[in-house]
Amino acid sequence: MFEYAPAPESRSVVDIAGSYGLFIDGSFRESAAGSFKTVNPATEEVLAEVASAGVEEIDLAVAAARRAFGPWSALPGSERAKYLFRIARIIQERSRELAVLESLDNGKPIKESRDVDLPLVAAHFFHYAGWADKLKYAGFGADPRPLGVAAQVIPWNFPLLMLAWKVAPALATGNTVVLKPAETTPLSALFFADICRQADLPPGVVNIVTGAGDTGRALVEHPGVDKVAFTGSTEVGRQIARSVAGTRKRLTLELGGKAANIVFDDAPIDQAVEGIVNGIFFNQGHVCCAGSRLLVQESIRDELLESLKRRMATLRVGDPLDKNTDIGAINSAEQLDRIRTLADAGSAEGAERWSPPCELPGQGFWFAPTIFTGVTQAHRIAREEIFGPVLSVLTFRTPAEAIEKANNTPYGLSAGIWSDKGSLILAVADQLRAGVVWANTFNKFDPASPFGGYKESGYGREGGRHGLEAYLA
Amino acid sequence: MTVTTPAGLDLRSLLHGLPGVDKVGLESRAAALGTRSVKTTAKAAAIDLAIRMVDLTTLEGADTPGKVQALAAKALRPDPADASCPPVAAVCVYPAMVPPAAEVLAGSGVHLASVATAFPSGQAPLDVKLADTRDAVAAGADEIDMVISRGEFLAGHYDKVFEEIVAVKEACGAAHLKVILETGELGTYDNVRRASWLAMLAGADFIKTSTGKVPLAATLPVTLVMLEAVRDFRAKTGRQVGVKPAGGIRTTKDAVKYLVMIHETAGDDWLDPDWFRFGASSLLNDLLMQRTKLTTGHYAGPDYFTLD
Repeated sequence: MFEYAPAPESRSVVDIAGSYGLFIDGSFRESAAGSFKTVNPATEEVLAEVASAGVEEIDLAVAAARRAFGPWSALPGSERAKYLFRIARIIQERSRELAVLESLDNGKPIKESRDVDLPLVAAHFFHYAGWADKLKYAGFGADPRPLGVAAQVIPWNFPLLMLAWKVAPALATGNTVVLKPAETTPLSALFFADICRQADLPPGVVNIVTGAGDTGRALVEHPGVDKVAFTGSTEVGRQIARSVAGTRKRLTLELGGKAANIVFDDAPIDQAVEGIVNGIFFNQGHVCCAGSRLLVQESIRDELLESLKRRMATLRVGDPLDKNTDIGAINSAEQLDRIRTLADAGSAEGAERWSPPCELPGQGFWFAPTIFTGVTQAHRIAREEIFGPVLSVLTFRTPAEAIEKANNTPYGLSAGIWSDKGSLILAVADQLRAGVVWANTFNKFDPASPFGGYKESGYGREGGRHGLEAYLA
Repeated sequence: MTVTTPAGLDLRSLLHGLPGVDKVGLESRAAALGTRSVKTTAKAAAIDLAIRMVDLTTLEGADTPGKVQALAAKALRPDPADASCPPVAAVCVYPAMVPPAAEVLAGSGVHLASVATAFPSGQAPLDVKLADTRDAVAAGADEIDMVISRGEFLAGHYDKVFEEIVAVKEACGAAHLKVILETGELGTYDNVRRASWLAMLAGADFIKTSTGKVPLAATLPVTLVMLEAVRDFRAKTGRQVGVKPAGGIRTTKDAVKYLVMIHETAGDDWLDPDWFRFGASSLLNDLLMQRTKLTTGHYAGPDYFTLD
């Protein structure tokens, strides 16, 4: 039969140092607060030792950003644009290196970091470079002003892409930033620091401080910060909202999700199956807007599930650096635990669990693509964000029931609708309380399109013209 | 959806009741499958399989017995320098060229296909089409590549197209019938899916994309729709139907993309010359060139491969 031979992307394009310091005021420096290790989740191999920023280092970083803010915000927009264009081009030039790095540190398949993440990262910088000299015409007043120093805390699921979403609009609008990447995926942000130097970005405009939750808390709570932007869990988002309450700090939060992917009986079935697979298995399901609840019209349930299972059997789980891998490694042991706990709860609560036969590597953190059928709104796996390759399948009978179930969640980040009937799509989309509604597609991103949540999925928008607002006064 | 015999009047509702095809989603899926990396041992196996799937074709007004016999000789021994190179699946010619081709191919196991039914337009009365078919079979063709009446199909006269296919199938006797949908003239992927089902219901042994005589020939997305159709048709009826993309497939890289697509959609049951063919002429030499590169480690010049 037809077997694909291994097709590994070469690691030699990326040169990872043994240890990394903190990027403050244009140069790397040690931390007095110790260090931590970042590992390759596919092999558990230690990739590098990374400095952990303490209160003292956060002070230094915020001070550097404050010093840089005056001259940076005083630059004409067209001058700031030049730096952003330069950064975007360097990212394109180094995209292969960055893609391999991202797959090594995060566990995501190379085809995704190469074909999705990196092109979007560059596109985001290009997009906001274009806005830098047009802020007066963006609809936020005749003379919109930057806020000052932005504290940005990003998650581990799209390390470099989330950095781009945060840094590009902040710089375009004249703010300076202190960014903390996630503890398990610090490397691409540190490489980005190098790109800032390569682009001759003035020292202090971008500062990268690495560390765990304490570092993030110290940064967010620092009195010298004017703006906090956070992407991550709803739980941490709540803590941050509490901590900035009553301060002058502006806040945007992009939090969890439990998106409904609604398949009507007149849907283009083969493409809907692709959309379901993409919705939940893209990036191992480590996607805040993942279509983790499949709502399928009861009249086509069996047919759709059969197609879905057949399709899932062709998913290739394994070495993230193999060009034919569809599903890579779970990002950390901790996340794997959480996925297992929730999946076990699904079985315990009576849902039927299914995974295609697939052999998982012995080393590293892995979870087979999984679907649960017979799930109801009362199951934990229909309510809680799993953030893994686990799909809960529910059914509905009428459009009204689909809408009701889709909205019956504390979250509201995204949703999907599958139907050949345009009028149905428009009517349903109108009633879904979700920041993004995809029709006959899923997980499509574009820098021009705003992204953000309703309800406990957060507030504020990132991307496009809307994304400027969070960084302007 | 139930599959009834079309005697039950219900052909139109059946065809229009098939799930729609979303163009954007289909094309992005086909493109994604095209990014699979097939190297080393997998590539070698794919090349040999692709060679065995080629319907080596010449359909020119200028075809002569000499030209056709040369092509048939190449079909038997594609690479004269390498005995391990397999023969192709079939030779495909016009009806008038069947006798000279049959002389060369007789008893070889390489099939002899003939286009018929007023190829390529299909614009002739039914009795002419049937006579065309019977003549080709009588002269030694064991596979017939017919064209559907795209005009009747687009006018919504599904019953007419259906009956024509049934009649040609009957005229074929024991010969296998490939039904050319001419997807480049059907306009939408929904129509491709409907035409595929129509042909299969009427008894097609194979469904084929194109004549190669209109600008839009075989593409990955069109073939994907057809592979999904044969897969679904077998699931409903138990009968397996083959697929033949034809026209415009010229490189090994392209051919491998098709094999990947079969593997990941219809399934490995179709990874066989009995169930999948490439209608092509220049593709074969590129496959041979890549095969030689894999076995010897270097590219041989084009003069090392025969031109027929």
